[in-house]
Amino acid sequence: MDKQQTLAAERRNKAILSVVLAAICILWVLPVVAVVINSFKLNTFVKTDTFALPTSESWAGMANFVKGMTFGNYPFKSSVLYSVVITVLSTGLILVFCSMAAWYIARVDSLFCKALYFLCVFSMVVPFQMVMFTLSKTADVLKLNTPWTIPIVYLGFGAGLAIFMFVGFVKSIPLEIEEAAAIDGCGPVRTFFSVVLPMLKPTLISVGILEIMWVWNDYLLPVLVLDINKYRTIPIHIQYLKGSYGTVDLGATMALILLSIIPVIIFYLACQKHIIKGVAAGAVKG
Amino acid sequence: MSKKIGRGNSQTQATRRWAWLFLGPVVAAFTIGFVWPFIQGIYLSFCKFRITSDATLVGISNYQAALADPSFQHSFWYTSATAVVSLVLINVFAFAVAYALTQGIRGSNLYRTVFFMPNLIGGIVLGYIWSMIFDGILSHYDTSILLETKYGFWGLIILMCWQQIGYMMIIYIAGLQAVPEDMIEAAKIDGATKWQTLFRVIIPNVMPSITICTFLSLTNGFKLFDQNLALTGGLPYLIQPDGSTINTTEMLALNIYNTFYNSSTAARGTAQAKAVIFFVLVAGLGLAQLAYTRKREVQQ
Repeated sequence: MDKQQTLAAERRNKAILSVVLAAICILWVLPVVAVVINSFKLNTFVKTDTFALPTSESWAGMANFVKGMTFGNYPFKSSVLYSVVITVLSTGLILVFCSMAAWYIARVDSLFCKALYFLCVFSMVVPFQMVMFTLSKTADVLKLNTPWTIPIVYLGFGAGLAIFMFVGFVKSIPLEIEEAAAIDGCGPVRTFFSVVLPMLKPTLISVGILEIMWVWNDYLLPVLVLDINKYRTIPIHIQYLKGSYGTVDLGATMALILLSIIPVIIFYLACQKHIIKGVAAGAVKG
Repeated sequence: MSKKIGRGNSQTQATRRWAWLFLGPVVAAFTIGFVWPFIQGIYLSFCKFRITSDATLVGISNYQAALADPSFQHSFWYTSATAVVSLVLINVFAFAVAYALTQGIRGSNLYRTVFFMPNLIGGIVLGYIWSMIFDGILSHYDTSILLETKYGFWGLIILMCWQQIGYMMIIYIAGLQAVPEDMIEAAKIDGATKWQTLFRVIIPNVMPSITICTFLSLTNGFKLFDQNLALTGGLPYLIQPDGSTINTTEMLALNIYNTFYNSSTAARGTAQAKAVIFFVLVAGLGLAQLAYTRKREVQQ
């Protein structure tokens, strides 16, 4: 083929590819668009005119959002509060304690450390259904069934992946830095917190993001562990709206779904780079 | 390479004195949150029990009951079909999109952002969004996703594709960007066509990414719970000749959940046995898949 022809063909191919990708892109955001338009519609129109824009006849305006606030006899703002408390505390606990344990495991050569590390890796292939019944009973006995204590359960069940990722990173830090700190008179605790921890920052961000995404969206663990009449996280609340009240106001449900995904999308757009990096790092666990 | 602090070293001695601080919290929580429930779970699968404290050993009868349960068998086949179909579709599309996005097209970053976005939405919410969409379409044909097994099946596949393609795409993009440029150049000079370059040069080089993605999508498929619960909850059900019912779109995880919490408490031993079988299956599948694809990776 003539060179000019090849170039023209290549440009044409790229143009076609762009159009195809743009089309898929639009398809990809449609479900979210559907949530937005239906959150402003009256219930009866959601099912029949799902893909139509609200008209003067189907327009419910902010009524769906107002109704959603107290929907299902449970205040939505409590759900938001509990979700935030659980996510923040769990992520914090996991980051602090798992990085500490991972450093100790990576630096101290003992049978106990090896066994603990093996158990952590093992726990990553165990599905939650395996332990859900016994875990929820144990948590009940130990009074870990409130939003302020459930983070301990998350620390326990989430330790595997976090320790695995931290150990991998600690092993790549040259030991000489810590030796220098020790010679300068740093004890192990100070060495960890003022020398090692700052170097762990990229991994802390990656692990933090994975844990936030997991805990914020988790449904089964909190629904089994928490006292559901008192404490409902956002996913539990949304599930209960549909589950327990026969005919549901779909418009108001969509309003709540919209309210619950807006912060997630803002979080995503704000730290997109870190999220994508964190997810790619977490995937390597295979 | 990692270096460990030697046993006799004074630095180790100093560190070891702080073991309670560094390991204590994690060991305690890990015991509560994983080790103890896991051991107790294995033990209870051989017991008859309603609550954890009234267990009496009954040998392997729970496992016999679990394997003979038609709803469990059905959920096994249904889960396998869902996992395999979604694995193929997700990986083919994710690879294609990743390949397209590494060709230097304008707006690649925007596309990547959009494709990845569904990953941040939780399974329960995803299920309700899609059940609204599917019912919005199907209501025009006077039916619903809850009325036909095939709608539930393909609905779930579409949902899984929408959620996971972006995730796998990220891993494939990283793999594709690591393929040495001069290798592709050399293939071109040797007269390889675009397809030959793709299959003979690029794909063997991204084999590690393919390993990770197939492994992830297979285990994701087998472990799926939230999306299954929120989209169809297992409906429609089918009444068996013997009077028992099968939820036709119920996957393994949901079947185990329903046996624990939505059946008579006498079935809890069976449910725990199902959970152990499920664990062996998920762990075994993951390991087998890994061993198989690792063999086919290009040796560096």
